[in-house]
Amino acid sequence: MAQVILENVKKYFGQVKALDGIDLIVKDQKFVVLLGPSGCGKTTLLRCVSGLEKVTSGRIYFDGQDVTDLPPRSRNVSMVFQSYAVWPHMRVYENIAYPMKIKKYDREEIENKVEWAAKLLNIHELLDRYPAQLSGGQRQRVAVARAIVLEPAVLLMDEPLSNLDALLRVMMRSELKKLQERLGTTTIYVTHDQVEAMTMGDMIAVMSAGKIQQYGTPEEIYHKPANLFVAGFIGSPRMNFLEVEIQRGKGEVFFISESVKITCPLKLSDKLRDFPQKRVTLGMRPEHIHLSRVESGYPLRGEVYFSERLGADTIVHFKVDEEKIVAKIPGDVILEEGGSVEFFLDLSKIHVFDPKTGRSLV
Amino acid sequence: MAKKLLIGFIAVIVSLWFLTPVVLIVFASLTPSSDFYDPHKLFPTKLTLDHLYKLFVVLDGWRATLNSLQVAGLSIGLSFLVGLPAGFALTRYVFPGKNAFRLSILLTRSFPMMIIAVPLVVLYLKIGISDTLTGVALAHTSMILPFVVLITSSILSGISVEYEEAGMIFGLSRFGAFLKITLPLALPGLAASAIFAFIMSWNEVFIASVLTLINRTLPAHILNTAMTSPDYFKFAAGTVMALPAMVFIFFTRKYLMSMWGISLK
Ligand SMILES: Nc1ncnc2c1ncn2[C@@H]1O[C@H](COP(=O)(O)OP(=O)(O)OP(=O)(O)O)[C@@H](O)[C@H]1O
Ligand SMILES: [Mg+2]
Repeated sequence: MAQVILENVKKYFGQVKALDGIDLIVKDQKFVVLLGPSGCGKTTLLRCVSGLEKVTSGRIYFDGQDVTDLPPRSRNVSMVFQSYAVWPHMRVYENIAYPMKIKKYDREEIENKVEWAAKLLNIHELLDRYPAQLSGGQRQRVAVARAIVLEPAVLLMDEPLSNLDALLRVMMRSELKKLQERLGTTTIYVTHDQVEAMTMGDMIAVMSAGKIQQYGTPEEIYHKPANLFVAGFIGSPRMNFLEVEIQRGKGEVFFISESVKITCPLKLSDKLRDFPQKRVTLGMRPEHIHLSRVESGYPLRGEVYFSERLGADTIVHFKVDEEKIVAKIPGDVILEEGGSVEFFLDLSKIHVFDPKTGRSLV
Repeated sequence: MAKKLLIGFIAVIVSLWFLTPVVLIVFASLTPSSDFYDPHKLFPTKLTLDHLYKLFVVLDGWRATLNSLQVAGLSIGLSFLVGLPAGFALTRYVFPGKNAFRLSILLTRSFPMMIIAVPLVVLYLKIGISDTLTGVALAHTSMILPFVVLITSSILSGISVEYEEAGMIFGLSRFGAFLKITLPLALPGLAASAIFAFIMSWNEVFIASVLTLINRTLPAHILNTAMTSPDYFKFAAGTVMALPAMVFIFFTRKYLMSMWGISLK
């Protein structure tokens, strides 16, 4: 259990800036998810925290102690690798016991702790097997058991669920989260699956190109994306973006493009009053575009050109003049392709971004 | 079924092709000289260990065998001492000139031993290790080392770095992780390559003959003595040379296959 602080951490591989100035505070006992597209530096960040990778510059603190120059074994961290890295030449029992054996615990204590971890992860009957005789899910449990047996200060996990099938993944998701809450171990968890991030994380750090784009609770990340990248990355289907011009009338602000003229909600117009540029990017989530009339709804009339029926939801791609917009409506709705439709955009849920910097203006 | 028979038939033919000479050699080495020169006898009427005894005891073969074992042991030790870390570096680290290094290792094998042997004798005479087992072992090391570097690097690259890194996370130093995690996993392969290295040294005759006069290894000794002796001695010598290698290969064939990337299935 420890608080982890990263201070302007940089990691370069030659010309590649894998981490480009990371500042991050992981509070004690919290579950923090690093989320981002492939190659954004998640694994590198995790490896820097573990000590497997040396930082190019910057500092890392565990509970105020500077661990930047310590090797992994002196940091009191544990890790669950993406490939699990359960040692193939040891039985499950020995795998879990080995970290304690290295640290020279006495036999009785080792037995008790292995017992405890095995019970916690429900792998009792597997203790005598070799890893080759286990399924992927079982191997993953062994890797987690090995990682928690010493009750580390910081637990690191690199996409531990990515090799499991969809059903098992959903199950392990809640199990891992419960386990973490029970143990209260400060955890940093890497994933590129946003559902995993939203459901498991106390806090989410959205990363891209070696930088943290936004650090906040899942609600903040979803409802108040700090910039275009986060807005586009979180949510499925992706947020619709619309380039519009700002027009200021008497007391009112309008967003105007060839296909829409939207009256800006009062709440937003105050904030936009002093914005000097003419153009902004509007962001609207597909799930905030409804088929039925809603309060403060702006009507979008257009033509359906494609719809995906997922059973629980229907994703409708439609065109308002030349503007392509995606809506997600609940239920199995049949819409004829080529037919005209009217949707209602919930204006209380729209986002406004500066198209130049990408930053959110609200 | 017919296909199976055909495959079996071909397998038998191939085996006969390779094994017949070996069997003939072994038989010849056990044939008494009277039978050996009797043109009416294709197979001996009785077998004798006479030739082998003479080869080993009278012709000092046992000393040469001991020499061979010493040379092989020493060269294997030396080449793994240097080659294993080199192979490890080749798989685990990125460094400038890595490919050039790999290539130059291969290139050293392109010099025929005959070209190197004579300068080597001169050099050995100067530094005073000519006609010593150490000298032969050093020369054999130079022959085995490239093989050991490349093979260990390929064996180690088959072992995921993450096993080692997990070891480091859970309390081992880098060297400790190599010793406790990677080495046990690599051991079968390493043992197979050690045995292969043994056979390389055991069979090597040219350098050993050039570099030594008295302290000869078995093949050099045989070349010197048995080859000027009657034919059945030659066959006895052949048996002595071939059998250990064949026995070794037989018992380690599984690992040798995987070492060279041949799969039996
Ligand atoms: N050892 C290395 N040498 C050179 N470049 C590297 C090395 N490790 C990572 N990189 C580069 O650093 C960047 C970040 O890599 P990293 O593995 O951290 O990405 P990631 O976010 O974990 O991606 P993924 O989701 O695909 O696992 C990438 O551009 C990658 O090519
Ligand atoms: Mg990764």
